[in-house]
Amino acid sequence: MTEEIIIAGFGGQGVLSMGKILAYSAIMQNQEVSWFPSYGPEMRGGTANVTVILSDERISSPILHVYDTAILLNQQSLDKFEDSVKPGGVLLYDKNGLIRMPERTDIHIYRVDAADASAKMESTKAFNMIVMGGYLKIKPIVQIENVYKGLEKSIPARYSHLLELNKKAIAIGQEIVTKER
Amino acid sequence: MKELRLMKGNEAVAEGAIRAGADGYFGYPITPQSEVMEYLMAEQPEKRTGMVVLQAESEVAAINMVYGAASTGKKVMTSSSSPGMSLMQEGISYLAGAELPCLLLNVARGGPGLGTIQPSQADYFQSVKGGGHGDYNLIVLAPSSVQEMFDFAFLGFDLAFKYRNPVLMLSDGLIGQMMEKVELCEQLPRTTHFDRSWTLTGKPDGQERNIVTSLDLDASMQEIHNLHLQEKYRQCKEAEVRYELFDTEDADYLFVAYGSSARICQKAIKIGRSEGIKIGLLRPITLWPFPAKPLAELASRMKGILSVEQSAGQMVEDVRLSVGSGVHIEHYGRMGGMIPTPEQVLENLKKLLIAK
Amino acid sequence: MDIKDIIKPENLVYQKTSLMTDKPLSYCPGCGHGTAHRILMEVIEEMGIQSETIGVAPVGCSVLAYDFMNVDMVGASHGRAPAVATGIKRCWPEKFVYTYQGDGDLAAIGTAETIHAANRGENITIIFINNGIYGMTGGQMAPTTLPGMKTSTSPYGRDLKSMGNPLKMTELLAQLPGTCYVTRQSVHSPRNVRRAKKAIRAAFESQKENKGLSLVEIVSNCNSGWKMEPVASNEWMVDNMFPFYPLGDIKVDGKLVNNQ
Ligand SMILES: Cc1ncc(C[n+]2csc(CCOP(=O)(O)OP(=O)(O)O)c2C)c(N)n1
Ligand code: SF4
Ligand SMILES: [Mg+2]
Repeated sequence: MTEEIIIAGFGGQGVLSMGKILAYSAIMQNQEVSWFPSYGPEMRGGTANVTVILSDERISSPILHVYDTAILLNQQSLDKFEDSVKPGGVLLYDKNGLIRMPERTDIHIYRVDAADASAKMESTKAFNMIVMGGYLKIKPIVQIENVYKGLEKSIPARYSHLLELNKKAIAIGQEIVTKER
Repeated sequence: MKELRLMKGNEAVAEGAIRAGADGYFGYPITPQSEVMEYLMAEQPEKRTGMVVLQAESEVAAINMVYGAASTGKKVMTSSSSPGMSLMQEGISYLAGAELPCLLLNVARGGPGLGTIQPSQADYFQSVKGGGHGDYNLIVLAPSSVQEMFDFAFLGFDLAFKYRNPVLMLSDGLIGQMMEKVELCEQLPRTTHFDRSWTLTGKPDGQERNIVTSLDLDASMQEIHNLHLQEKYRQCKEAEVRYELFDTEDADYLFVAYGSSARICQKAIKIGRSEGIKIGLLRPITLWPFPAKPLAELASRMKGILSVEQSAGQMVEDVRLSVGSGVHIEHYGRMGGMIPTPEQVLENLKKLLIAK
Repeated sequence: MDIKDIIKPENLVYQKTSLMTDKPLSYCPGCGHGTAHRILMEVIEEMGIQSETIGVAPVGCSVLAYDFMNVDMVGASHGRAPAVATGIKRCWPEKFVYTYQGDGDLAAIGTAETIHAANRGENITIIFINNGIYGMTGGQMAPTTLPGMKTSTSPYGRDLKSMGNPLKMTELLAQLPGTCYVTRQSVHSPRNVRRAKKAIRAAFESQKENKGLSLVEIVSNCNSGWKMEPVASNEWMVDNMFPFYPLGDIKVDGKLVNNQ
């Protein structure tokens, strides 16, 4: 099994940390991982993206230009990466703020309204884990328990209340993700 | 039990240095390697092992802090990225001239000048062909994974002290910024015994004092010193060549690539083989000494060789020198911080070697 | 009333100086760099010296200053702007030459170039943006970082014993006979913006009269590097930076102002 993923969105959406938690979870179940972020001043209020690869084998190139899954969380990211999904691959997006929706017909398209849901939860911090829940519903490649372990590692002990919030967010994401085609 | 961590390359090398028993780190912030010092400052190795960490006012200061500490026999290092490495070249030449061991890390980015902050391999010439003035060589290691960023801190210090020579790790923004799984090893103790044959620790009663310098006003003496350095480099060339082979047994074509490019080539090999093109890879781990002999041996069996490097074609000169004429050798690379995709690499192998 | 009525020339109350290009600023929202750029360009416009001015951009967040300042400009390497400016000014003494530098650029890696340009009394103007941090590279400690201040390379706060003291470059430079006009300003309020602009004007006037090096330090915020909201960062600056870096003239017409 090898899963090649790009996650892209605005700087503050928790794109990089979502990738990191995914990578942690895969390590917990003995897989190989790589995580490569966009870096530098372009991230200043702009867009951020991260390529995450999970595999049973040693990983070759940590950067790619086609992906099994693209998780695209704003318009720039959708415009930039929609064409990079492999035919038959998965595109997961949040419609919030989009003026152009995904158009491809040769891939599976899923929607998760994580921005709306996180607003309902009154926590923008929950956004990325709602998306994570949606993704894991579509592709349960890492076990939820391992995601929890990953969360525990990346959330400092004094913020332990955030752990529960994030667990709830994952559950909500799993519930609200819908297949569009 | 194995200690596994998810780390950035820049963090792994910092943790590696602590665990290798380093005595000190001196550096100056620059993207894409600032995490090295940031990690050290957060870890507070002073409390863990007694290792000192200092943010210098410039790379010029940092490399001279290394020069000072290294002259006393301490295990010290610095890290920077391309523009900062250029500033350090004078100090590196002095370190090599005075035969001082130290570990240097370049997390390279696109140049020339201020260039970009994206990954690049265009500092190959600077790293392996001198960089600073005078006849000297650095031992140059090219990590291609986060694990190697960790491991080479150990190897780097070992080689530096074995040959009393600066060792440079030449990586790039991709290896520095990416995260992978790293298996950590046990903490080594810091050295407490210093070799009095050359280190400055204060002249003991009844013993000769030591002087560390790279100067000899007498040209004939300077030449003798240079001959000694050259003999040391010859021994190093004989004993320290390191490389890795992938899929070369049945290969018709060969990639030669190091660091991040080697990773990209491995993917290109997979895609190529799925199309029936038999490609292999020779990955130099030591860029100096360059794996000239193993490459020459392999080359005789190949229909063509593609040297892949994120540059205008620097390492390809060493590939040509190693192989000589008779085998078709080409270079492919992107520049200025652009990273080629595996597909582009494969496409260029077809265009440059197979179509011709 | 529709938009066409509103945008009539007689209704014009404020206009961006044409010496600022139309390119959107790349600074974080709330950052002081943009205001400093604008008043510097306004001074050059008001003096009518655009065609006689050559600027030197640093390495720091303002590395792209030449994208926004509509004058001839050269990008220096990190810290070397005063040397680059010296080269230009010595060959073109009749031109106005300025550098625009951050605190890392001017007070860390470029300390030698800064001090020696000042000591030679180069007839250049230095605009020095002191935000107590390396903004560009993601918030590392600068020589000007306040005691106890947290940055990514002083994550437990600046420890004076191991990391040294904040460097008051401006006071230091004022001691040198080569400097003519040395002042410290800020741009966080309209009143301070007006004062800072006056100071920049005075600096260029002093360059015009070949009086030696003129330096305008602007104590500024780096809301991103300080990890604060813009307004909070300005309040923090008033409460913490100003007591350590007091505003006002330090040297005027070659003479130290009282108590300096
Ligand atoms: C030789 C060299 N070393 C380091 C760097 C990395 N670098 C770029 S900007 C900068 C510091 C910027 O801080 P400052 O001058 O205070 O400007 P600010 O971004 O805060 O406005 C550093 C260290 C570089 N570009 N060149
Ligand atoms: S990082 Fe700081 S100095 Fe740079 S643009 Fe942002 S707020 Fe301004
Ligand atoms: Mg600054």
